[in-house]
Amino acid sequence: MARSRRDLQEINAGSMADIAFLLLIFFLVTTTMDVDTGIARKLPPMPEEKQQEDDSQIHARNIYVVLVNSNNQLLVEGEYMAISQLKNGAKAFIDNNGVYPNLSDNSEKAIISLQNDRGTSYKTYIQVQNELTAAYNELRNKAALAEFGTQFYSLSKAKQKIIKKKYPQKISEAEPKNVEDN
Amino acid sequence: MSKFKRKSKGSTPGISTASLPDIVFMLLFFFMVTTVMRETTLFVNVTTPKATEIRKMEKKSLVSYIYIGSPVKRLQSSYGTKPRIQLNDAFAETNDIQEFIALERESHDEKEIPYMTVSIKADENVKMGTVIDVKQELRKANALKINYSTRKGTY
Repeated sequence: MARSRRDLQEINAGSMADIAFLLLIFFLVTTTMDVDTGIARKLPPMPEEKQQEDDSQIHARNIYVVLVNSNNQLLVEGEYMAISQLKNGAKAFIDNNGVYPNLSDNSEKAIISLQNDRGTSYKTYIQVQNELTAAYNELRNKAALAEFGTQFYSLSKAKQKIIKKKYPQKISEAEPKNVEDN
Repeated sequence: MSKFKRKSKGSTPGISTASLPDIVFMLLFFFMVTTVMRETTLFVNVTTPKATEIRKMEKKSLVSYIYIGSPVKRLQSSYGTKPRIQLNDAFAETNDIQEFIALERESHDEKEIPYMTVSIKADENVKMGTVIDVKQELRKANALKINYSTRKGTY
């Protein structure tokens, strides 16, 4: 008995690697590493029946009107503008601090009003959103560098809040105009 | 004779492969944990637009997807080429979205509901009309956290 037990050696684990490799290759093939990325937005809640939106309190100079038509053309504050200029236009508007009379009083009051046609392509819409986000991100980064000496995204939550309060991202989307149904 | 003498010739041991299974298992577990099986088959063509100011989505389990795009080639004969909405595994109309959101909420813990996000995966050639309708429905369903799915890149 004792003799046969000594003969019984450990289980050969040589094929273990093969099994593991097989499983590994299976998961390697089926894995999808793509992380979903995108531009995060918050929709406004549905207005209640009695509550009427009160736009009259906002001074006209604090609203930056961006219109996009069905030909994907931009009309910013009544003037035609290329998408590539939008970021700098928005930055100038937000960070005006009352210098120019037709731009915002200060960054906290600044609101960007975005209105697009139903025929606008989604691609253009995302480009506009992207440019506006870029404008805010650059301003926030600048403020973060000036105040804390680091980039905005490496700041702590509390410090980010301070910057966010100075540059609140207010992008209001008006109800779309139904010019061209699609 | 030679400066470096072999201490005992003929007995150089081969590299031990005993730890190989461990290494492979480690890799295996890594891929097992990170893997996400594709749970839906896409019926619509979606090429998301490019953007630079993008952020990663945090919790994948809390994200519901709405796909918007024209139907794939093999379905175009029966569904046409007009952009359609896809929820889970079927085509849907805009008024199905509220029910879809309600179902998604039901499958999650109550505490998690405020963190749930809807990711809109729309094709770049879709007109805003469809997207606006979807957004209005999401507002009605009180699903206000949304994400426009985009690829990284400059346009």
